[in-house]
Amino acid sequence: MSDLKVNFAGIKSPNPFWLASAPPTNSGAQIMRAFDEGWGGAVWKTLGQPITNVSSRFGATQYRGTRIVGFNNIELITDRPLEVNLKEITEVKKRYPNNAVIASIMVETREEWKDLIKRCVDAGADGLELNFGCPHGMCERGMGSAVGQEPRVCGDITAWAVEDSTVPVIVKLTPNVGNINLPARAAAASGARALSLINTIKSIIGVDLERGVLLPRVHELGTNGGYCGPAVKPIALFMVGQLGKDPEVNIPLSGIGGIDSWRDALEFIFLGASTVQVCTAVMHRGYRIVRDMLDGTERFMKDHGYETIDQMVGKALPSYTDWGHLDLNYEVVAEIDSELCIGCQLCVTACRDGAHDCISTVEGTRVPVVDVEQCIGCNLCHHVCPVPECLEMVEVDNGKEPMSWKAYEAALARGENPPHPGKSTHQTHF
Amino acid sequence: MAINFEIDLPEERLEGQLPDHKPPMTAHEVVAEANRCLYCFDAPCTAACPTSVDVPEFIRQLSTENIEGAAKTILQSNILGYSCARVCPVDVLCEGSCVYHQLNEKPIAIGRLQRHATEFALDTGLRIFTPGPDSGRRVALIGAGPASLACAFELRLLGHSCVLFEARPTPGGLNTNGIAPYKLPAADAIREVDHLLDIGGIELRMGAAVGTEVTIGELLQDFDAVFVGVGLGLDTPLSAAGAEVEGVVGAVEWIERMKLEGGYTIPGRIRSVAVIGGGNSALDVVREMVELGIENVTLVYRRDEAGMPGYGHEWVKAKQWGARGLWNTLPSAVLSENGAVTGLRCVKTRLVANEGGRASVETIAGSEFELQCEMVVAAIGQSKLTELFGAIPGLELDGGKVVIDVLSGQTANEKVFAGGDCVNGGKEVVNAAHDGKVAARGIDAYFKSLQ
Ligand SMILES: Cc1cc2nc3c(=O)[nH]c(=O)nc-3n(C[C@H](O)[C@H](O)[C@H](O)COP(=O)(O)OP(=O)(O)OC[C@H]3O[C@@H](n4cnc5c(N)ncnc54)[C@H](O)[C@@H]3O)c2cc1C
Ligand SMILES: Cc1cc2nc3c(=O)[nH]c(=O)nc-3n(C[C@H](O)[C@H](O)[C@H](O)COP(=O)(O)O)c2cc1C
Ligand code: SF4
Repeated sequence: MSDLKVNFAGIKSPNPFWLASAPPTNSGAQIMRAFDEGWGGAVWKTLGQPITNVSSRFGATQYRGTRIVGFNNIELITDRPLEVNLKEITEVKKRYPNNAVIASIMVETREEWKDLIKRCVDAGADGLELNFGCPHGMCERGMGSAVGQEPRVCGDITAWAVEDSTVPVIVKLTPNVGNINLPARAAAASGARALSLINTIKSIIGVDLERGVLLPRVHELGTNGGYCGPAVKPIALFMVGQLGKDPEVNIPLSGIGGIDSWRDALEFIFLGASTVQVCTAVMHRGYRIVRDMLDGTERFMKDHGYETIDQMVGKALPSYTDWGHLDLNYEVVAEIDSELCIGCQLCVTACRDGAHDCISTVEGTRVPVVDVEQCIGCNLCHHVCPVPECLEMVEVDNGKEPMSWKAYEAALARGENPPHPGKSTHQTHF
Repeated sequence: MAINFEIDLPEERLEGQLPDHKPPMTAHEVVAEANRCLYCFDAPCTAACPTSVDVPEFIRQLSTENIEGAAKTILQSNILGYSCARVCPVDVLCEGSCVYHQLNEKPIAIGRLQRHATEFALDTGLRIFTPGPDSGRRVALIGAGPASLACAFELRLLGHSCVLFEARPTPGGLNTNGIAPYKLPAADAIREVDHLLDIGGIELRMGAAVGTEVTIGELLQDFDAVFVGVGLGLDTPLSAAGAEVEGVVGAVEWIERMKLEGGYTIPGRIRSVAVIGGGNSALDVVREMVELGIENVTLVYRRDEAGMPGYGHEWVKAKQWGARGLWNTLPSAVLSENGAVTGLRCVKTRLVANEGGRASVETIAGSEFELQCEMVVAAIGQSKLTELFGAIPGLELDGGKVVIDVLSGQTANEKVFAGGDCVNGGKEVVNAAHDGKVAARGIDAYFKSLQ
């Protein structure tokens, strides 16, 4: 029997699926409904000083008929009174003692941090999440990503919080930095018990060309917002993977960014996250998406012999290396299954115009041929082919010993004269 | 083939000539189609399904390639989800209620998606359900059609053991011997029964007609409860003069031979067939005949086209295939030479408005004409199994249909429950599946009330 329970930096949760701090965690009523559907935990919509939000506040990337491929917001933190939120935290914890309730918080001064932390802990929150990530509005006031972008400030505030808190402190990082490892290390060094990432990415979702105004439009003006949803997943995966393999960041990670299904969640877990958080997918389709997340995860674990979530955490990290360690002598080439091929010849176009010009058409048939001598194995045609399993990359046994760039350079430095690694293809068409 | 019982369908059967009209989707198509689903709140497709399959949920599961999960979501609401996926009139049920219609866009192909998920379960022998703890109670189910099968399965979830008494040599009821082969061939219907029986604790006795091989009295004595899922009886015979010749057959009887009888063929000289009736069985026969290569297939119906009780979408397809409709026409005599049908004598009819009711049909004097044909199929209804019902003490009937309490399936005899065609007079497989499930819960409640 697979067990989905997790213990995240001392915070217990029936499963690794949490709601990220955002509109789906605005209120106790919502969070209780989410727990009823199966969510394991919820990070409350960020609490702080009173603010006022604008309308409208969301924008979306609608890509060729698919809605909300990416999502953008200019919303600030909670606009509900602090007392109400705290009362509801207490109520939710009373009714759902086994689910994780985390208070996300963001204030300015030391005194404010101290006060808010105490009130959240007193209300019964299982943990705190310091919002050092909001990249719009709040950062103009010196909070949110303004903190997350400055490793020193990030470390200092983390240290205050850790000192003031009796429950685990999670630091939520902003992806709007050149090197995610620096703020992560600062937070870890200052006593953070865990990190969560990513918050949203600075973005302009689009421009209303008729009016000449940024989107989303607030009267006659617009502003930059934070990008999230399926489009940001690769960026989030990268950042989680970066921290997953950083020995100086030896604390649990909560993966966030574009998670929509159990598959997405497991990818984060394989890169080192031990819980995941979801916002946009729930804003789009509601709490009930968690049902398939739980069901799909359980089936995957059963099929692959995993008994606990922990056994999967970081499973893919050993494969995550620097480019310089990749084997330059490993060779794949494109192979077209002529039975499956429907003759669209998109691979021909792609290879001619976008790769290496080594797929050509043949008189009398619509099925193209690959010049395997010239194929550089880039994979473009495979991604373009509309027929599943029709155009696959197959391994070539070229008899060469594995050789990475680093190994090659090292051999040269030793005064050896190894053959230049990789396949040489020199195509001329004149 | 089947593991849970022995069956050998003859190799050479006419139904083998009829191709699948809704072939399986490729995995690629499934993901693309599943991603079109909007995942509606309070989804109308689920509301339209008599068994309340959580359609958005199983489609979501298909979109994340959680196909086992999708199969479970379907089958836990409707254990006959596989045959339903293939035979349900989805145009008037789930797909008919899809919100995409309001955009004038194609509805989600729910039936085909459902087939993908459930066929996977059958193909892989996926075991999803375990029986409830043994209650020691035994239930006899009369008939092994959709109603009884759904009932037996649900009873197993509740821990009661079951014996299915089936008169025929094949299980599945009309799924096996009545459904148009281009929707569901017999072998697939039987495959579904086999998969269902994997739950164990359901004994299937074939060739066990209740009333002849075993009596109702014995069942009432030997079992803790009895479920009646016998469906309908024989085809209503054509009352036209001269109808007692070989070339005049009942629709259900003919379909059963076409589907199951080894070596059965339509005699080669037969070029034109008249199908009498306006219901779905008539429309099925018309399409089957056309597809079997009969050149002239004519539907003869006593009311007008709009008055047909059969589904309009089915008739549209039959027409597209070249079938002809003869409306406001009533056959009065079958013409034959040396025992071979040569035609039908018909009379034209007109509709006379009836206050507060359906218009009645009246023949027009002097409008007689002859329709040339070599075979006549009567699809004018099926009888009710009143003899059997008469043998069940205390059973209450309404026009030959068994009367039940809709919330429990219980009949006027507290130990006897019923569902499916014998109760509703002939609806769909999905209604029988729902009835069976409801009755199983009714039986369980009845057992609890005895404690
Ligand atoms: C030609 C035709 C086409 C149809 N097409 C469709 C369709 O496309 N889609 C759809 O949803 N529905 C269709 N239906 C309707 C559907 O088949 C029925 O609603 C459904 O099968 C009813 O299930 P049931 O279990 O009540 O009865 P049945 O399927 O009739 O099963 C009853 C079983 O009981 C057995 N039995 C009867 N008497 C006894 C006895 N005394 N002892 C033991 N066993 C007995 C019978 O042999 C039979 O196996 C069609 C019906 C017909 C006639
Ligand atoms: C409308 C909206 C409001 C958000 N508000 C907050 C917030 O108050 N605090 C916070 O830490 N993150 C906030 N976020 C960021 C999310 O918690 C999450 O980090 C981000 O959306 C990426 O996850 P996703 O791709 O699943 O949406 C917000 C996101 C959205 C879309
Ligand atoms: S989602 Fe609700 S709150 Fe937002 S604009 Fe629509 S109706 Fe208003």
